Amino acid sequence: MKVSLNWLKDYVNLNCSAHDFSEAMTMSGTKVEGYEILDDKLHGILVGKILSVVPHPDSDHMVICQVEVGGERPLQIVTGAQNVSEGDLVPVCTNGSLLPDGKTIKTGKLRGVLSEGMLCSLGELGLTTHDFPYAIEDGIFLLQEECKPGDDIRDVLGMRDTIVEFELTFNRPDCLSYLGIAREAAATFHSPLSIKEPVVKGTSDGDTVENYISVEIRNTDLCPRYTARAVKNVKIAPSPLWLRTKLRNAGIRPINNIVDITNYVMLEYGQPMHAFDASYIESKKIVVRNAAEGEIITTLDGVDRALTPDMLCIADGEKPVALAGVMGGLNSEILDTTTTVIFESANFARENIRKTSRAVNLRTESSAKFEKGLPPCNTLPAVQRACELVELLGAGEVVDGIIDINHADISSRKVFFDWKRVNELLGTSLTVEEMAELLRPLDLIWDGEESLIVSPYRGDIITTADIAEEVVRLYGFDKIKATQFSGRATEGGENPSQKFRTAIDRNMTGLGYNEIYTYSFVSPSELDQIRIPADSPLRDQLTILNPLGEDTSVMRTHPLPSMLRVVSHNVAHRVKAAQFYENATLYFKEGKMSREEKTLCFAFYGYGDFYTLKADTNALLDALQICGVTYASNTEDPCFHPGRCADLYCGDVKLGTIGQIHPAVCGNFDIDVPVYGALLSNNALFSCVAEEKKYVPLPVYQAMERDLALLCDDEVEAGTLCGMIRSFAGKSLVDTYVFDVYKGKGIAEGKKSVAVRLVFRLNDRTMTDEEADNGVRKVLKKLESEAGITLRG
Amino acid sequence: MKEQLEQIKESALAAIVGAETEQALEEVRVRFLGKKGELTAILRGMGAVAPEDRPKIGAIVNTIRAEIEESLSARFADLKAQSMERKLREERIDVTLPAPEKKVGKLHPITQTRNRMVEIFTGMGFEIAEGPEVESTYFNFDALNAPADHPSRDDTDTFYFSENVLLRTQTSPVQIRSMEGKTPPIRMISPGRVYRSDVADATHSPMFHQCEGLVIDKGITMGDLKGTLATFAKAMFGERTRIRFRPHNFPFTEPSAEVDVSCFVCGGKGCRLCKGEGWIEILGAGMVHPNVLRAGGIDPDVYSGFAFGMGIERVAMTMFGINDLRLMCENDARFLEQF
Repeated sequence: MKVSLNWLKDYVNLNCSAHDFSEAMTMSGTKVEGYEILDDKLHGILVGKILSVVPHPDSDHMVICQVEVGGERPLQIVTGAQNVSEGDLVPVCTNGSLLPDGKTIKTGKLRGVLSEGMLCSLGELGLTTHDFPYAIEDGIFLLQEECKPGDDIRDVLGMRDTIVEFELTFNRPDCLSYLGIAREAAATFHSPLSIKEPVVKGTSDGDTVENYISVEIRNTDLCPRYTARAVKNVKIAPSPLWLRTKLRNAGIRPINNIVDITNYVMLEYGQPMHAFDASYIESKKIVVRNAAEGEIITTLDGVDRALTPDMLCIADGEKPVALAGVMGGLNSEILDTTTTVIFESANFARENIRKTSRAVNLRTESSAKFEKGLPPCNTLPAVQRACELVELLGAGEVVDGIIDINHADISSRKVFFDWKRVNELLGTSLTVEEMAELLRPLDLIWDGEESLIVSPYRGDIITTADIAEEVVRLYGFDKIKATQFSGRATEGGENPSQKFRTAIDRNMTGLGYNEIYTYSFVSPSELDQIRIPADSPLRDQLTILNPLGEDTSVMRTHPLPSMLRVVSHNVAHRVKAAQFYENATLYFKEGKMSREEKTLCFAFYGYGDFYTLKADTNALLDALQICGVTYASNTEDPCFHPGRCADLYCGDVKLGTIGQIHPAVCGNFDIDVPVYGALLSNNALFSCVAEEKKYVPLPVYQAMERDLALLCDDEVEAGTLCGMIRSFAGKSLVDTYVFDVYKGKGIAEGKKSVAVRLVFRLNDRTMTDEEADNGVRKVLKKLESEAGITLRG
Repeated sequence: MKEQLEQIKESALAAIVGAETEQALEEVRVRFLGKKGELTAILRGMGAVAPEDRPKIGAIVNTIRAEIEESLSARFADLKAQSMERKLREERIDVTLPAPEKKVGKLHPITQTRNRMVEIFTGMGFEIAEGPEVESTYFNFDALNAPADHPSRDDTDTFYFSENVLLRTQTSPVQIRSMEGKTPPIRMISPGRVYRSDVADATHSPMFHQCEGLVIDKGITMGDLKGTLATFAKAMFGERTRIRFRPHNFPFTEPSAEVDVSCFVCGGKGCRLCKGEGWIEILGAGMVHPNVLRAGGIDPDVYSGFAFGMGIERVAMTMFGINDLRLMCENDARFLEQF
């Protein structure tokens, strides 16, 4: 909400800079977003009197004016405008002056003739004909205000002000008004508040409002209160300068006296108002009712809007004349010909206004206020104030009598004042009197016993905690002493699974991988990009009803696309090689909610091969205390190269899959280099962590090593071969290690030679050569008989 | 005889000094002390010496032998050191040549910031609580005392899966989950991922991270909240950091405050980082609303508590000087490697 400090000073005395005002208001709970000092937006623009106008010797469309601006001598100013003549009072930009659009004006020559400034139009001053209806758009602004040459234009046109923008919180709809802000300012600065109750003289001619209008509320839930008064013999005219200035500085366009009054009162009381032209109200009757299905209203903005029965409308005997709380109807608009006006000020249920405003896609000052939940106590004062202003402006005659149908409770409430508990919550030791003194300017009055009397506009004060907030913001947070909580100690820290994730972070970075963060919501088409089949359960994704776009519309069930997008970005940005990891959360449908699981995904490109990836994987698993992991080739996973992909198992538990990403998948992400990646389930990894670390005595006796070159079919995997060797050799074989694989010359087609080192060791004595040889013989015999694998000849 | 011995000694010592290599020195050793060496020859010739002179001569020989040996070993050590020095000189390399690349990976700046927060609070006895990101409206709004028409519930602000299931907009639902079924004291923090319907730009992201904190016990006060956050701010931003509470309103705390820390660049004088204010807004905080305590099954007449929350990205951006939030999810290696 924007507030003019000049206007605010009508209610409260303020003697401080805009900065100090903002600071103090913020610290007492009415947050200032920023402020704008209008004075600074223009300077050096004075009232000038045209003394003479002569044609420019070298121009057909320019004239030379001598202009008196209060100085020792008149200024000579060249202008192209056609509407100035001797005697006119005009705004004059003197040498070095600043215009609101940031332009500065300097003395110069126009077609060889000295010009010591510029004559201004309305637009150049940042004004419109709404602000000054007597002026014209094209041409110099000919002033009709009370002023003399040399006067600063800011004083003449009401352009000295400071506009403070407040960011108001949800719980304080009462502050969406000058009076609300004034009340807070008075409490903040310990300054008296002057709010006068409106006084309406009326006509005392026997004429009453009932002669003009009757009101019926058919839905008192949605409209708890409706107040109205009539004004006759209305003279529609522009508002006086002071009113136009206030509205302009508050950011509202002046229209005419009646409309301006409703806007003025809306700003002052925070209570939206509406003015109808009574002559368009059929059968002199206002009915507040739900709209009929298909009923149509043309709102003031000229748009036809179809209504539904859940919307509330203000109707006359036949048709809707306003969309309640949102906007009036064009059919009863105040026009220059209007002679009788009905002022309406009502209270509407906030939820209904919000829904209606959204349904018709129309948000107005009025709906924005009603949506926040306005106190129903203000409708009567607002109507009274409007009528008072009508009389002040001489805009018409206020008819006696008020229609005020009220179904709302507008009385003050008593709230239990547990001041001791307030001290307990704040850690203060204020007396009840001190607290009462802090609360009094907010109209929260201590009854001397156990209660606070709370004004009806403070619906937010309900509990002791609410009272504590009012106390602390006026007492000052800075006066609360910082203390340390005490009590029974708690262990705190990470639980085992959190520690495990930290260990993953530590080891992945240690292995050279940079951690990445990617969106949890993705495009459903990502699964196509990584070649996931159409019938895969991964396709059953949680779908966001209101996503920002298709790209972020489903919750991911696979971590690879996010990773590949990162790789793609880096490849495209010429990062030659990179390693990335993400312990990505995946979201699987479970009933209406999700099961959230983490999958560790890491990948690299620009160097290395499958075995680099496997080495990193092994190093990680070793560091995480996951032992005895086996690799089995996986030729089926659609994301991976069918010949370079393996599943990892720890016993029966599948840990995940590693391999070269399928070139077609890479292609779908515009990646033209090989990418190697691993996907490991956090839950599976965590379940396989060896429970405790146990020392195994270091070997005492020497090991015996035997190297064998074994001839086997090309399809036999090294892992299978070593598994066979281990199972045939018995316990003395402590390690097998493949150190070479050879195909080609000297080896038959379809065969390969695998060089394996066998390491034998006994625990109780040194093994003899003979024993080792015997072990090898036993293995070879079984290899040949069971698998047809022989020593290479 | 005696003169002969003295002569041998003189020539041996001279030869030792004259030997320029370890090999030459070894030859000197053999020449004098070897089996066929000159001194050995004297001992062999002792038979010709009168028996009463033998012990005397023997003693002289031994002394001379010891002297020669000592000189030899000193010279050996000397030559060894010289040859080592020579070798090292030859092995000299250009240490300014580049090394082969070997990189340690970096934790994402968000993780680094999160970890720092976690360390500080776990050090104060806070545990780390977690909750689902796909959350119910009950935990995300209702139990947190958000009015039914609070604007944060709008589908322009919150991502929904159905009327009652959404992507959590804050880590605060973990407050309720942490209270349920527990007896205070409760001291927890909950760092995590949250979502709001904001189009990504330099300062907005539809997905970001918060760190929630909650303390509930008998006799917890606003002063305790100030003390805890002051301790945190000093540990996080530096020993001289001060904090400032500004009144605010959140549905789940009452009283509520926004908390600023004194700018850690200018110390509060005003600079570009703090936009001349001297303060940087970091946290939202307050005393847990009685309705929230009740929703968590805790009696607000017996217990009280405070809660706070902060955006991890915001802290990371101010601390690391990152000016565009989008960099966080772009994951350019050249960005990640800077932290």
